[in-house]
Amino acid sequence: MTALAHNLEKQTLVTLRTITEPHPGSLDTYVKLGGYAQLKRIVTEKVKATDIITQIKLSNLRGRGGAGFPTGLKWSFMPRYYDGTKYLVCNTDEGEPGTFKDRDIIRYNPHQLIEGMAIAAYTLGARVGYNYIHGEIWEDYEIFEAALAEARAAGYIGENLFGSNFSFDLHAVHGYGAYICGEETALIESIEGKKGQPRFKPPFPASFGVFGKPTNVNNTESYASIPWIMQHGGEAFQNLGVYNSGGTKLFSVSGHVVNPGNYEVRMGTPFTELLEMAGGIWKGRELKAVIPGGPSTAVMPAKNILGATLDYDGLSKAGSSLGAGSMIVMDDSTCMVKALKRLSYFFFEESCGQCTPCREGTGWLYRVIKRISEGQGRMEDLDLLTDVSSNISGRTICALGDAAATPVLSFVKHFRPEFEYYIQHGRSMVENRE
Amino acid sequence: MLNIEIDGKAVEVDHGTTIIDAADQLGIDIPRFCYHKKLSVAANCRMCLVQVEKFNKPLPACATPVADGMKIYTRSKSAVEAQKSVMEFLLINHPLDCPICDQGGECDLQDIAVAYGAPKSRYTEEKRVVLNKNIGPLVSTDMTRCIQCTRCVRFLKEVGGMMELGLVGRGEHAEITAYVDKSVNSELSGNIIDLCPVGALTSKPFRYTARSWELTRRPSIAPHDGLGSHIEVHVKDGKVLRVLPREKESINECWLSDRDRFSYEGLNSPDRLKVPMIKHNGAWQETDWKTALEFAAGQLKDITNQYGGEALGVLVSPNSTMEEGFLAKQIAKGLGSQNIDYRLRQTDFRLDGKRLGTPWMGCNIPDLEQFDRILIIGSNLRNEHPLLSQRIRKAVANGAELNIISPLDNNPLMAVKHKVVVRPNDMVNVLAQVLKAMSGLQRLSLCLPPSLNALLEEINVRANTQAIAESLAGLGESYDLVSPKTAIFVGNLALNDPRFTEMFSLAEAISGLCGATLGLIPAGSNNTGQHMMGVMPGPQGMHVRAMLEIPRKAYLLVNVEPELDCHNGAAARKAMQQAECVIALTMYKSEALDDADILLPIAPFTETSGTLMSMEGRVQSFSAVTKPLGECRPGWKVLRVLGNTLGIAGFDYDSSEDVKKAIFGGEKPSAVVWRSLNNNLKELVEIEVNIKSDGLQRIGEVPMYQIDPIVRRSPPLQKTKYNRKPMAMMHAQQMLTLGLVAGDQVLVRQGEGSAVLEVRQDDHVALGCVRVQAANPLTASLGELMGDITVEKIAANVAVTA
Repeated sequence: MTALAHNLEKQTLVTLRTITEPHPGSLDTYVKLGGYAQLKRIVTEKVKATDIITQIKLSNLRGRGGAGFPTGLKWSFMPRYYDGTKYLVCNTDEGEPGTFKDRDIIRYNPHQLIEGMAIAAYTLGARVGYNYIHGEIWEDYEIFEAALAEARAAGYIGENLFGSNFSFDLHAVHGYGAYICGEETALIESIEGKKGQPRFKPPFPASFGVFGKPTNVNNTESYASIPWIMQHGGEAFQNLGVYNSGGTKLFSVSGHVVNPGNYEVRMGTPFTELLEMAGGIWKGRELKAVIPGGPSTAVMPAKNILGATLDYDGLSKAGSSLGAGSMIVMDDSTCMVKALKRLSYFFFEESCGQCTPCREGTGWLYRVIKRISEGQGRMEDLDLLTDVSSNISGRTICALGDAAATPVLSFVKHFRPEFEYYIQHGRSMVENRE
Repeated sequence: MLNIEIDGKAVEVDHGTTIIDAADQLGIDIPRFCYHKKLSVAANCRMCLVQVEKFNKPLPACATPVADGMKIYTRSKSAVEAQKSVMEFLLINHPLDCPICDQGGECDLQDIAVAYGAPKSRYTEEKRVVLNKNIGPLVSTDMTRCIQCTRCVRFLKEVGGMMELGLVGRGEHAEITAYVDKSVNSELSGNIIDLCPVGALTSKPFRYTARSWELTRRPSIAPHDGLGSHIEVHVKDGKVLRVLPREKESINECWLSDRDRFSYEGLNSPDRLKVPMIKHNGAWQETDWKTALEFAAGQLKDITNQYGGEALGVLVSPNSTMEEGFLAKQIAKGLGSQNIDYRLRQTDFRLDGKRLGTPWMGCNIPDLEQFDRILIIGSNLRNEHPLLSQRIRKAVANGAELNIISPLDNNPLMAVKHKVVVRPNDMVNVLAQVLKAMSGLQRLSLCLPPSLNALLEEINVRANTQAIAESLAGLGESYDLVSPKTAIFVGNLALNDPRFTEMFSLAEAISGLCGATLGLIPAGSNNTGQHMMGVMPGPQGMHVRAMLEIPRKAYLLVNVEPELDCHNGAAARKAMQQAECVIALTMYKSEALDDADILLPIAPFTETSGTLMSMEGRVQSFSAVTKPLGECRPGWKVLRVLGNTLGIAGFDYDSSEDVKKAIFGGEKPSAVVWRSLNNNLKELVEIEVNIKSDGLQRIGEVPMYQIDPIVRRSPPLQKTKYNRKPMAMMHAQQMLTLGLVAGDQVLVRQGEGSAVLEVRQDDHVALGCVRVQAANPLTASLGELMGDITVEKIAANVAVTA
């Protein structure tokens, strides 16, 4: 529980509501806190699917995987009357640097995820579900398998649940650590046993998903929010947050703070409050910049983020986006050139190689930044970086291209003088300043 | 229909049309690499990005279906910017080694780079290098040039039927590769050379021999199978340097089989006969045409005068042109002989005189894609008809059910619904079961010969044959087709079998009961044409088997290597050895013709004009693409002058066109063809139902790259894995029964002939059979292709003289 131990009283626990209990991940704990009651109520009372979707829409729950697409709207895309198997997929392919929230949901509250998925399956008419777990968090895969066994034994998933004719089988699937498999269509390909490469869209998963069947894909945190919404109502969830951003959000705070870890707070919480919960900047240093939602979101200089609130609109107004809520906090000792080099290397390594701009462009960006960091930069490199990034952006099959371009564009935009200094002097502006 | 506008031009297109198809219709050129009209859409190269009104991002034209009222701009600022940026990305890691690249001059990347590339690269970093792969003797790889468009991957998977190449690795490390240590073995592999938009996959035999702009391109027709594929022969300095497909949607689409593509290498073989030769006291001597022809004519006259016309036998290759076949027949007739035949590998001629017309494929080539139910009897499809099997693969992909009855269980690389793999002898019984089951299903019975009726009474329909009948009748697992489009094709393994008559008659009866299209799909490029012209024995004449078994005094061979091209190699050799005179019109001087007396060098298809008729009855003429080598002359000319020298009337043809006119009696060829083609039999054929033979039966399959003298001499084709040393191949269970293990040396005997072969396990062979390939000098001493055979183990280290 180390990652969560700080300032629990200041957090608003929804997806991690079991965390304060002695055995947070167990079925008993979850049931004691009212777990699986909603699933049972919905199934036995035969609650109408449209009523559930209405509540989700009212809750203003938006996709927690990073794109922020309204969950209720996504659910309404699934074909209602379809003669054949429909699938439900949970995306726990959490692989972006700085993102570590979904693994804690599985570790400390897996049954809430299972219940959320079962409610979704009931609502969408899906018979089979898969939870695709990132290959580099193997422990979570095992924990989830154990939780599934518990739930199966207790009759929360399986055939004819609660004596009804609703059946739902849920399986854990693990990847092998490819970041691209977090892209929903690549994830689907991977589930099918193929190489994880995004599909060209349309068609979207709602019409052509796993094995060509209608499929609903949501993030772990999104599914885990469902039971709470069904218990308290959509409006109550909306009221936890602010306009256009309902509920709470798990922020994975990492970097130069005293207490890095996951913090579940209400949407709309000021950044400064979250920073305080995390113990503030370490070693008494100053805040320099924050990447608020994972490397695929734009970096924000301290002055831009300090006044911002943590919700979709708040961060968008401040010039970035909420993403998956992966706060990477950087103090004033951070060399932005080297930070960008590391991020570019990640996208260079993780591009799937399918389409041209991303396959070729990510390598180009990385090599130029690497060259700058080795003191071989040229002034025109900065315009080249911007240009190459813009040429990748919006021209690829999936969003990885844009994700790779965003850090480069935002780093160069906000910290240009630091890059120019590095090029002129062949060394960092902030390191070895003596 | 949808109304859209591209670059201001309005066009009406069907629902589901993509932007790139609509633009192609309008003649608006959108650059592309990964898109290919015959392959699935990958949308990975991003070169075809265009601007679409109301969309803030450029969209790939290949993957975007049009919507009504859509306005598309392919040359707007945003479209061109996107296209240029993709071009830049494609070039940064490309080696730009055009000066040493075979693709130079016919390279999509080069061409499109001229239009969309920058004069100078902004990329100053190190370029990526990718290791080359050895994927076999036909396709050369330079993988650093690859742009990962995956056309080759998609072709082999979707058209070839097996994903022999794949894109492995991520990001910049993504590379096209075959399975570890494996080559690409598709019989259609050469097409990936054409598909590759860069110089990553090029032709290995053609490599570094010429620049594309130095080549003269001339149209021709492929002469190795009955499809009649359109080809383009590329010539430099009078030498054929490569062959490419010429697009013909209704025949070969834009593809070509490896056999048709790489056989040309056999044209430049050192075996080529360049001058006429006469054997004098057992030694070959070069001579001139006049001497050779006069000598040949004198011999023919002397022998026919002395022993009568029936002393002459004329064997014509099924690959010979119609003109050659026609003139050979005229010569036989002029010399009073009715002994002429082109069916060299056939052994059962009981249907002669009982056919209503010329047997043919029974439908047109594109129809193959439309069938719902197909039965193939005795054919190793991919081997015999590579592109035809590709069409059937499309039908199967669309849901057709393919059923197979064959002595060989070779994988056709498509889903097979039901198959029965039995000894050739037992195929008759299996077909009779299908007939009986069909008769029950359709509640119909045919007027059948008594022998067959008796057989039908006696036999029990087994589950697997019942299933085939049900499939052909349209019954299905999830739904039944009331009126399925059904076809039954009889292949080469059946055609060469001693019980062909039974098989064909039963196939005809089954097709009659279920309303199926019936077709014969023989090997050879001009089978149908030779049959239509009647290059077959007259009423008093002898068919090829009789001519070899009851030896003639003289033989005239047109493009035939007797012991390799005939049904019974041993008999053929013997017949040639005992003949007083063998005159061979041939392209090659070879051991197979050592028993000849006169060799007359004739031109292969690239050096002569002529006409071939395909299995679907298409009459196609072609011209010479280059001058004959040395003293070679077109076959029709040699036969014409031989006719003149013999003093036979009516040999006054000035051109092959004249001969063609004579063949068709001045009518348009299609009119004659229309009247001639018919697969039905005139009368009920009494069939032999009681052939019972418990011994081992040989399956004398002719390997894909051994079928005719040209392909036998193409080094690259001979280097493929399809060219194996002949072995005695048997099912594992059969080996167990005979007490053999793989690697054993066995003495195989057929009649008086024998050969020593190594045993190899091949579970594709029906029980009770030994697969021993034909058309190979090592097995030429054996007897009939599909005859009885015995196998004896030879004790190790005992020398055997076979």
